[in-house]
Amino acid sequence: MSAATTEIQVERKREALFSKKNMRLISDPLNENNPITVQVLGICSALAVTAKVEPAFWMALAVTFVTAASNVIISLMRNAIPSNIRIIVQLTVVATMVILVDLFLKAYVYEMSKILSVFVGLIITNCIIMGRLEAFAMANKPWPSLLDGIGNGLGYGAILLMVAVVREILGSGSLLGMQILPPSIYVNNNLMVVPAGALFTVGLIIWAQRAYNKYYEE
Amino acid sequence: MEIFNLFIRSIFIDNMIFAYFLGMCSYLAVSKNVKTAVGLGLAVTFVLTITTPLNWLIKNALLAPNVIMEGLDLSFLTFIMFIAVIASATQLVEMVVEKVSPALYGALGIFLPLIAVNCSILGGALFMDQRNYSLTESVAFGFGSGLGWFLAIVAIAAIREKIQYSDVPKPLKGLGITFIITGLMGIAFMSFSGIKL
Repeated sequence: MSAATTEIQVERKREALFSKKNMRLISDPLNENNPITVQVLGICSALAVTAKVEPAFWMALAVTFVTAASNVIISLMRNAIPSNIRIIVQLTVVATMVILVDLFLKAYVYEMSKILSVFVGLIITNCIIMGRLEAFAMANKPWPSLLDGIGNGLGYGAILLMVAVVREILGSGSLLGMQILPPSIYVNNNLMVVPAGALFTVGLIIWAQRAYNKYYEE
Repeated sequence: MEIFNLFIRSIFIDNMIFAYFLGMCSYLAVSKNVKTAVGLGLAVTFVLTITTPLNWLIKNALLAPNVIMEGLDLSFLTFIMFIAVIASATQLVEMVVEKVSPALYGALGIFLPLIAVNCSILGGALFMDQRNYSLTESVAFGFGSGLGWFLAIVAIAAIREKIQYSDVPKPLKGLGITFIITGLMGIAFMSFSGIKL
């Protein structure tokens, strides 16, 4: 009798791997609960890499990896971490993941690691990661934490890529390094290449998204 | 002169916020009124001035190749050491300020723990490392970047206090308009580029 119930429970758990609730963990951060435009986290280190699409893509990938991996690790350790030193423990885990990413980029995509320069290291202080560790991984099992990490990484990456696409097309007339707007038709807008361009683009994306979601402040 | 030049550069031209977007999180979250913005700005300046040279010492006395032992290169530990130094330095600064100047502690108190995860502090250390500054240069760079950050957050807080009375489109209110104003301020700050003393 008891063996049967545990079996059912196990099966239920297996079913739940890709249940609706778990899928929400990935889809929510993409729009309604986007880390950048709604939660206002993690703008710090990344806007600087959005002048071109390619570095933005690698940055998004790196952040997704670090968020997911450190979410899982912290979630596995969550019952063993004394709460008064948890920030240091979290920072150490995140820093280790970032070192891995940095070494990987240096080894396999050296050109990219030159372009991203200090901004790879700055993933450590990216507030999304610390925020997710505090708010989610400390209180949830590894599998949902993994999904939550991936979801938030992707939601962050989506905004990053959007900004990068707008900036590269308007600023350099190209996409992924390929010329798509010939100089004879379109004169490059230098405003999009300088840092201010990123801020305007993000502001406008937030405007559009909030108008669409009918999400208003105050 | 070279040092002074670097100092001016890091305040106005290579401004942490307008040129590198560093410390944006707290910049957006704590800029609703001028008073708290001044508090956080001071705390960041303070910690940045202390941790940048401190990290320079750690980097050059412990992590650089062949300092501790011939053939030993610990530079892969840079990130972890920097963040540990920053976290413990903020803790230390908090305790010292509490003992030495209770008035300053009252003003900075709640902001100091926040600073450990402020990107501009780690950013300062990483830039210092990447650009191979000397010890005096790193003091000037840390102090200048801190002042630049202070300037940015106080300015945006003052603007945000005023903008409450303006008729901003509803979905743009709050975060959106702050980004756009920051962009405009960035353009204004661009006019400083090219200044050389």
